[in-house]
Amino acid sequence: MKNDIAHNASPFSFEEAVPEPEVKWRETLRVFCQNRMALLGLIMVSIFIFVGLLGPIIFPADPFEMVAAPLSEPGAGALFGSDYMGRDVFIGIIYGTRPTLVIATTATLMTVLIGITLGAVAGFYGGMIDNVLMRITEFFQVLPPLVFAMVIVAVFSTDIVVVILAIAVTTWTAEARLTRAEFLKIKEREYVMSARAIGARNFRLIARVILPNAMPPLVIAITLRVGITIIYEAALSFLGLTDPDVMTWGKMIGLSRDFFFDAWWSVTFPGVAILLIVLCIALIGDGLNDAFNPKLRGR
Amino acid sequence: MKTAIIQRIVLGFVLLIAVIVLNFLLLQLAPGDVVDAMLAEGGGGDPALAAKLRASYGLDQPVYIQLFKYLGQVLSGDLGYSFYYDDSVSDLILGHLPTTLMLTLSALVLAVAVGTLFGVYAAIKPRGIFSNFVTVFSLLGYATPVFWLGMIILLVFALYLPIFPAFGIRSIPEPENSLDRILDVINHLVLPIFTLAILYLANYSRISRASMLDVLGADYIRTARTKGLSEFKVIFKHALRNAALPVVTLAGLQLGHIFSGAVLVETVFSLPGLGPLLYESIMRRDYPVILGVLFGAAATTIVANIITDLVYKRMDPRIQSIT
Repeated sequence: MKNDIAHNASPFSFEEAVPEPEVKWRETLRVFCQNRMALLGLIMVSIFIFVGLLGPIIFPADPFEMVAAPLSEPGAGALFGSDYMGRDVFIGIIYGTRPTLVIATTATLMTVLIGITLGAVAGFYGGMIDNVLMRITEFFQVLPPLVFAMVIVAVFSTDIVVVILAIAVTTWTAEARLTRAEFLKIKEREYVMSARAIGARNFRLIARVILPNAMPPLVIAITLRVGITIIYEAALSFLGLTDPDVMTWGKMIGLSRDFFFDAWWSVTFPGVAILLIVLCIALIGDGLNDAFNPKLRGR
Repeated sequence: MKTAIIQRIVLGFVLLIAVIVLNFLLLQLAPGDVVDAMLAEGGGGDPALAAKLRASYGLDQPVYIQLFKYLGQVLSGDLGYSFYYDDSVSDLILGHLPTTLMLTLSALVLAVAVGTLFGVYAAIKPRGIFSNFVTVFSLLGYATPVFWLGMIILLVFALYLPIFPAFGIRSIPEPENSLDRILDVINHLVLPIFTLAILYLANYSRISRASMLDVLGADYIRTARTKGLSEFKVIFKHALRNAALPVVTLAGLQLGHIFSGAVLVETVFSLPGLGPLLYESIMRRDYPVILGVLFGAAATTIVANIITDLVYKRMDPRIQSIT
């Protein structure tokens, strides 16, 4: 009761004073839906997610099991042929979908979480904090990401969790820099100053006022990051740096490396799967880019 | 200007030491060391032998003493001695470096030159066929895993159309005279360079197209045109100067990260570069070699960053602070 009175008595009601976000999400969604290529990408990615979820139920099999004669050509027995051990390439691709998607999304989530948090704090507070955080960022940029991740996975463990952590730890710097740049730009805007003037606390300014307005470039970067992470994970798997019990597309290519002159299908199809899903993610990213920046369309 | 450069170099130096310390501690945290790996290879583990081996490599001392020893060593230019190969780490790296440099630098130069031209040409007619081609090409470049592209290129140009050799960097037996030997190496490098360059190229053409489009809309370009300058002069002398800035940034970044692409491409084409050296050393827990290669990679990045900053400042005098 007491609080209510105090609240009503205040000349500036805080909740009402929250500024209108600059971003018009509904308009953005409308523009996005008019973009045929982006929708195509979205549909294709949905199909991949569907396969990842239900594929193993529809095709109950063991991707490591030898079901056909080694190196048999694509055809009736195995749709995409079999590899040097007689493993079915088609089943491998179906079963590789789920780990690919799970690793890509969780690793991206972690990358983005680390990147946005550090970037936001650095950009918002500036000064000494910014300086220290940017030096740390620079430090992580100095080592080539893939090489760094290889060392982490190989030296510690090939557990999926370690793979995800290794990807996140080596790639968050781009998001941190982007977030910082956006925060530096937006924190000078009038609506941020007015929110501060009516007494919004720092955390509220960061999370509720600046971050939503910094989202458009971040959303595009995050979308593209998912694609990059898929390729990155595939590269680690290709080098054999992944969980030995999990079938992934990169691992299928890596395993067949010594035999692909005798069986083009054993590397081509898993690669096409990677290419296709990353391409579709890129189309979504492009669509978002056009939707957020209508002026730049066609660039 | 001068103090800024000195500041930058000092900072780079501090960064390098921090990287050495981090890498060293990271490898210390890892379960198992080279002695375990060696004994596992031999089949059995005799504790007395293990202790003796550890003592001979100095692995029985406390971590901080090992770290200070290593730091002192590196700063005096000695990267240590490989546990596995009977060779010093610096010799190993120098021995594998030429292949990696030839591969990555030629791919980078090719991609920057051709990619910029692609981008400029696409930006002149932003709705033309070529412009659409560049857009599609850069999308494909983003989505293609480099190791897979290498294998497909091998299938096409080494297996189905046997134009180029498939693996390694030299023919066996090697050609007699030295000119043939050089041509032989080049012949072996064509496909790997091509593979790496295609992916880089996709990046550069997209970036230079976007930044060229930006610049071509600027007022000073209209001024240049109304002055009656030829279109060639407007584009290559006025517009490209500014449009090239993002290209320089990306090239600098990639110059520092040439290792990442090289690891995969060298593995696919079985080239004796730094990538396979690092990969095998990781598998053997040959820590001095891992540390040495990581040190080299970090040093390359730091030097590349400083060079990029300097070039950037020359190209755009408006940029004052370079840190």
